[in-house]
Amino acid sequence: MPGKAGMMLTFQRFCVYPQNTHTIRLPLAASYSSSLPMASEAIKGAKVLMVGAGGIGCELLKTLALSGFRDIHIIDMDTIEVSNLNRQFLFRQSHVGQSKAKVARDAVLKFRPHINIQPYHANVKDPEFNVDFFKQFNVVLNGLDNLDARRHVNRLCLAADVPLVESGTTGFLGQVTVHVKGKTECYECQPKPAPKTYPVCTITSTPSKFVHCIVWAKDLLFAKLFGDKNQDNDLNVRSSDAASSSENVEDVFVRRNDEDIEQYGKKIFDHVFGYNIELALSNEETWKNRNRPKPIYSKDILSDELAQPNGNVDKKCAFDDEFSVSAMKSLGMKNPQDIWSLKENSRIFLEALRLFFTHRGKDVGNLTFDKDDQLAVEFVTAAANIRAASFGIPPYSLFEAKGIAGNIVHAVATTNAVIAGLIVIETIKVLQNDIKSYRMTYCLEHPSRKMLLMPVEPFEPNKSCYVCSETPLSLEINTKRAKLKDFVEKIVKAKLGMNLPLIMNSSNLLYEAGDVEDDMVAIYSANLEKVLAELPSPVTGGTMLTVEDMQQEFVCNVNIKHREEFDEEKEPDSMVLSGWTQHVSAPENKDKPAANNGASTSGASVPAVESDEISIVSPTKKRKLTNVPNAPGNEARNHQDELQVIDDEDDLVMLEGNMEGFKKRKLS
Amino acid sequence: MDGDGEELTAQETALYDRQIRVWGADAQRRLSKAHVLVYGMKGTIAEFCKNIVLAGVGSLTLIDDRIASEEAFSSNFLIPLDENVYGGKTLAQLCCDSLKDFNPMVRVSVQKGDLSSFDVEFFNNFDVVVVSSCSLPAKKLANEKCRKISKRVAFYTVDCRDSCGEIFVDLQDYKYSKKKLEETIECHLRYPSFEEALSVPWRELPRKTSKLYFAMRVIEKFEEAEGRSAGEVSVADLPGVLKLKKELCTEQSLNESHVPDTLLERLVTSTLEFPPVCAIIGGILGQEVIKAISGKGDPLKNFFFFDAFDGKGIIENISNSNA
Repeated sequence: MPGKAGMMLTFQRFCVYPQNTHTIRLPLAASYSSSLPMASEAIKGAKVLMVGAGGIGCELLKTLALSGFRDIHIIDMDTIEVSNLNRQFLFRQSHVGQSKAKVARDAVLKFRPHINIQPYHANVKDPEFNVDFFKQFNVVLNGLDNLDARRHVNRLCLAADVPLVESGTTGFLGQVTVHVKGKTECYECQPKPAPKTYPVCTITSTPSKFVHCIVWAKDLLFAKLFGDKNQDNDLNVRSSDAASSSENVEDVFVRRNDEDIEQYGKKIFDHVFGYNIELALSNEETWKNRNRPKPIYSKDILSDELAQPNGNVDKKCAFDDEFSVSAMKSLGMKNPQDIWSLKENSRIFLEALRLFFTHRGKDVGNLTFDKDDQLAVEFVTAAANIRAASFGIPPYSLFEAKGIAGNIVHAVATTNAVIAGLIVIETIKVLQNDIKSYRMTYCLEHPSRKMLLMPVEPFEPNKSCYVCSETPLSLEINTKRAKLKDFVEKIVKAKLGMNLPLIMNSSNLLYEAGDVEDDMVAIYSANLEKVLAELPSPVTGGTMLTVEDMQQEFVCNVNIKHREEFDEEKEPDSMVLSGWTQHVSAPENKDKPAANNGASTSGASVPAVESDEISIVSPTKKRKLTNVPNAPGNEARNHQDELQVIDDEDDLVMLEGNMEGFKKRKLS
Repeated sequence: MDGDGEELTAQETALYDRQIRVWGADAQRRLSKAHVLVYGMKGTIAEFCKNIVLAGVGSLTLIDDRIASEEAFSSNFLIPLDENVYGGKTLAQLCCDSLKDFNPMVRVSVQKGDLSSFDVEFFNNFDVVVVSSCSLPAKKLANEKCRKISKRVAFYTVDCRDSCGEIFVDLQDYKYSKKKLEETIECHLRYPSFEEALSVPWRELPRKTSKLYFAMRVIEKFEEAEGRSAGEVSVADLPGVLKLKKELCTEQSLNESHVPDTLLERLVTSTLEFPPVCAIIGGILGQEVIKAISGKGDPLKNFFFFDAFDGKGIIENISNSNA
């Protein structure tokens, strides 16, 4: 008997598994009655792909197995870390360092030995996971932690015409959404809140929040001292004094071979916290309406310690190995939740810097910030705190600073478990093609109209979604100044989310990523460096470029409009893309992607933020799946910022949509 | 921070990093000192136990003397399928072995005996008591015993049938504080006992009160009247259940449409738990217990219902002050 939701769940008789006599006859958890094919049949015969074996993945794999699923494939490129163990319960301390996909599989087979779980310790963006690979599945379930991978999977699911159940959690919040090509929105139909990025000048000259200091400490100072020397770096403040030679200033950061490390440390300290601030202060304009920062010099803070070298070079603190090298340990500071004084921060700064050179010298010059690198976190925390002190911003503890610098997502097991249950429920509906019953479900921290779990009907595809419908895009750009590589990096990869793009001007191939024939490699490299108007097939105003990602089977047309001038502050990339839904914009603070050695937790092409974009997003327009006849008065209502929940009495319960996460589409 | 052993160890800080970022180090410390008692090791309780062991409670005591059987395996991922391993052991023993594995810092142990046989002093050993697979009289009795203890013992019941689930919360007299913007607000909630909640006349409850509340009460009463243990019903009992429903609705002056026959049919026909619902209810329950122990966050008052049919997770306040 179908209700509005159209589901009837009754339990089937026990289903006998083949093979040996020790096998338990397990009841198949749920089945649908009469009119629809048995859900148990659908579950039994289903081939499911899970992407992600982390927080959601562990819970999901367990629940799928218990629910009677017998053929599950799971992709995850990560290895297990200690901080996973508070919620990824299929893993143990002894598994640290091993593949998540493989260990998850082994753990689940312990209580469901006769099902098939195929693990892939690989990046879902690898070419082996092409459309044909995706086509073999009845449904794809995402348990990812980054937007980039989600978009990629979304496109593959659209290309393969396989339903996708998406999900995410952050702390106590979570959501599950269903995406079926042609029937519902795709994952990219609705704008997702873009992660925060900061204007360069805020970071280099006028920080007002602690996070600005963190970004400075991590992406500028840390990178300058310990990272690749050949990288551009905005560390040095532009001063009003045009005569100051930047060459002289560059020398400061280079440590001469015989230079005493203590001296070097203090020199750096005084340069970035003292001299640079004085330089910035000399530009009166900047400070007209702002509080002036105070220069800080090491001799003023650590005056009583000048007699004794910092950290006692002779009596060194012993460390077990290079991984346990720590300034806090060296200085006897135990609690990461403590808020350090300016003096303590300065000590940590100098000691951490010293330890990098004395104990991890071979790393200097190739380091990128890693939140699991204790010494790096100590350095960045101290540096950020000192800068904060300079600018009158309150300091943070190491624990908090690490969270900010590492974009750590706070996470607990319970939310993941709830979301996993909701995912399986939607999956069963999808396998039954029970379109009317699909729901987007939000798990709230505070109840909304008595609900902690709030289901909402999915929406029709967005007709102007450039991913699942065919909307042309336009790009304003200076075709006489911008190079092809700028277009590829900032638009095609960063904004359009393509992984291995192909760029064509009519029938002329301008660039192709990935495997190319030898004779083309040089041509494409050369093209990247050329200005658009000077390409072999010139790109000027009126040109229509075709960009394509073969793996994602995603094609886009971009109309080029030439424009001479751009606003430095508002349009720092000197490019304006219209007709697309805003997603992640490439962070202006040059975050270098972490090296992808299979063991890192972030993929090579993942943008800075790995946190889940979880705000409860509600659309401004309602395009419900089921047709609700609109009374004349309802027309206007449908376009307001509201959510509708259909309850089983045909009452429409109107809720106030949470508009926090929704940003109106901007053209720039 | 004081250095008198109250601080979290380095091991705890590393392990609990992600959740400390959710609820703070203080809450984590309180969790590590909490003692939890659990009765009835079915799927939902298994989920709940997993959650609080991972969260890092001080200790977890399990009661379930039933010998492992086929039914037990359906939704319980804590039990290995190897007969050589599970043969002859009680559910509590099997779950205990698995749970210890999840977090070596939590003391997991087994307590033998029937719930009704424990006295007030026994319950005094715990900060939190969670009962499931429990008849109505046994639930009430356990709740009353917990309420007799001067230190506050948080009491919960949980019941999952078909694709539905119910949680009941009794925090007695509960005071906590929370931050709103820059202010600290003091909150005070008064919870009714299970018996008190059930005594609220049905007609005095809000019109949109979850139908599952009434349905569960009908089935509970049926099981009690027939001398059945919890969950010991089948589709053959449906006529009896529907008859009882009619009687109760008349007695309570409640329109029968508030307790749909279809819902009752579902609940008596499939008494097995549905794994996704176990995960959901076990998760919500886990969160609630963590809130009560840590004193952080608004606890739900006092019933929670979930039905996979409509996908809503609803809080209902069934108490006299509300009516």
